[in-house]
Amino acid sequence: MSIDEGTAAKVAKLARIKVDPADLPVLAQEFNTILGFIEQLNEVDVEGVEPMVSVTPMRLKRREDVVTDGDQQGKVLSNAPDAREGFFAVPKVVE
Amino acid sequence: MSELTKLTIAAARDALRKGEVTSVELTEACLAAIDKADALNAFVHKTPEIARERAAAADERIKAGDAPDMCGIPVGIKDLFCTEGVPSQAASGILRGFVPQYESTVSQNLIDAGAVMLGKLNMDEFAMGSSNETSVYGNAVNPWRRGNDDTALTPGGSSGGSAAAVAADLCLAATGTDTGGSIRQPAAFTGITGIKPTYGRCSRWGVVAFASSLDQAGPMTKDVRDSAIMLRAMCSHDPKDSTSADLPVPDFEAALTGDIKGKTIGIPKEYRMDGMPEEIDALWTQGKEMLRDAGAKIVDISLPHTKYALPAYYVIAPAEASSNLARYDGVRYGHRAKLSQGDGITEMYEKTRAEGFGKEVQRRVMVGTYVLSAGFYDAYYNRARRVRTLIKRDFDDAFAAGVDAILTPATPSSAFGLGEMAEADPVQMYLNDVFTVTVNLAGLPGIAVPTGLDRQGLPLGLQLIGRPWEEGDLLNTAYALEKAAGFVAKPAKWW
Repeated sequence: MSIDEGTAAKVAKLARIKVDPADLPVLAQEFNTILGFIEQLNEVDVEGVEPMVSVTPMRLKRREDVVTDGDQQGKVLSNAPDAREGFFAVPKVVE
Repeated sequence: MSELTKLTIAAARDALRKGEVTSVELTEACLAAIDKADALNAFVHKTPEIARERAAAADERIKAGDAPDMCGIPVGIKDLFCTEGVPSQAASGILRGFVPQYESTVSQNLIDAGAVMLGKLNMDEFAMGSSNETSVYGNAVNPWRRGNDDTALTPGGSSGGSAAAVAADLCLAATGTDTGGSIRQPAAFTGITGIKPTYGRCSRWGVVAFASSLDQAGPMTKDVRDSAIMLRAMCSHDPKDSTSADLPVPDFEAALTGDIKGKTIGIPKEYRMDGMPEEIDALWTQGKEMLRDAGAKIVDISLPHTKYALPAYYVIAPAEASSNLARYDGVRYGHRAKLSQGDGITEMYEKTRAEGFGKEVQRRVMVGTYVLSAGFYDAYYNRARRVRTLIKRDFDDAFAAGVDAILTPATPSSAFGLGEMAEADPVQMYLNDVFTVTVNLAGLPGIAVPTGLDRQGLPLGLQLIGRPWEEGDLLNTAYALEKAAGFVAKPAKWW
C-alpha cells in the first residue's frame, strides 16, 4: 500500500489540518514509512482472535440518570476564543 | 538549604513529622533551586504563590497531627494534568492560554494529601514523543552529561520535564503519564524511578487525553519507596472516569519488605534485540543475577508477539489520538487562527489545527485518521486490536505459568543528544519504546529502576513488569533490585 500526494491531501482534509501543497510529497513519504512499519502486522495470524475492547474485562458502570452538574456558563465560556452573549461564536455555518 | 531538595519523600516525611524541617522550608529550597535551573527548561509554569500557600497549610496539618504521607512534600506536575487556575497546555500551541476551571482527579488527590505543587513540567506535545523535542516550550534538558562533554542530552519523553526536575533535585518527586513508555523511558534516561500502574489504577479525568485505552498516570521519584508512597496518594476509584478501577488502594509502602525469596522472575527471550548495545545486555544479565542472589527463581520465558507491539501501538495510539484531538477546533478553548475574508468554519478548523499542532502531532493525527478511514478500518485498526489481544495473551500465559514479574531492559540505549535524531525518520524515534510499549498494550504495571551507568557515565535502567493490580508485589521486587544495584550516582551540577 503506497500513499500518493492525492491520498495525503485527502487524509489532511479528513483530519481538518491545512497542509501546504508543497509539503505533500514529504508528508506522503512519511506516511509510507510509518505504514510500511505497520505492515508487519500482516504477518500475524489473527484468525478467530477478537479485537481487544478493554485490557481489563469490565462492565461499564451505570449511574443514576440525574443532573449532577450545571449552572456554570461563565466557567464553560471562560476559555473561549470568541464568546458572545453567553454563547460560543463561530463563523457563519449555514448559508 | 540546598540539601533539602535532595531529600526523598520518605526522609522528608519523617523529618516533617519530627519537626526537624517545615514544608515552608522545603518548598522555599525547591523554589530557589527551580529559579536557578532555567537551563534545564523543566518547569514551564512556576506557581510559587500556590506552593507557599499549600506549604503553610501543610505545616498546620502536620502540627495538628493530621498528616498523610505526602503532606508538605513539594512536587512538580506534568503539564498534561489540568490544574485549576494554572495554565495547562500539554506543551501544545493549540492550548496556549488555556486555564482549566477544574482540577484533575490525580492532582486533586495530591492536594487532598497535602502535597505542594511547585509548578507545571515540560513534556512532549500531547505526550507524543520520546525526547521532549516536540514541546512548544522547547526542549527540556537532561541534567546528566557524557563526562566532561557539554553536549545537551535529552531527558527522554514524553515526561522529560518531570524526569529532569526530579534528577536535578528541583523537587522531591513529580507526576508523569505513560502511554507507551513516557514515565519509564525518561526515568531510565535520568537515573530515577518511575512506575506506570495497572490501567485503571489512576483516574484519567482531567488528564489531557492522548490514547485513552493506554494512558496512565504515575509517580516519578528518587527511589522505589517514594514511588510506593506517591502512587498510593495518586490512585483512587473515580466515578468521573468510567475505566477507573473500583478496587481498594493498598498501602504499597507496606509491601516493601525486600524479601523476594521464592518469587519467579521471567526473562523474555524476545527482548534480546538485534544490535542491542552490549552494555544494555550486560546490565540485564547483572539484574538477573541480583534477583537470583536475592532468592528469586529465574526462568526463561517467551512472549512471542513482542515484535508486533510497536506496529500495533502505532495504529492504536494514533487512531485514538485522532479522535481525542478532534476537540481542538478553535471553538471552545485554546488557539483560533485569524481568518481571512470569506473563510467559513472549515477553514477555521483547518487553519487553527495547522497553526496549533506541531509536526509530530499533525503526523499522528493524520495517520490515525487514515487507519480509521473507510476501507482501512479492518485492515489496520481492527487487525491491530486483534494483535493487541495476542500480546496480552502472551503475558497472561506467562503469569498463569507461575511468573511473578518479568525483567527487561528499560530502554535500548542511554540518553541521546538533543537534535541527534532530527534527520532520522519518525520510526527510528518510535523504537525508543520497544521495551515499554507492550506493557501499555496489555494494561500491566511496569517500573523502571536505575541500575547502572554506561561507559559514558550515563544512567541505565531495568524494567520490571508485574501482574495486573499487584503493584505492591512489583514494587517489592523493584525494591530488592534497587537494594542490590545500589545505584546512588547523581549528575554533576552544571546548570
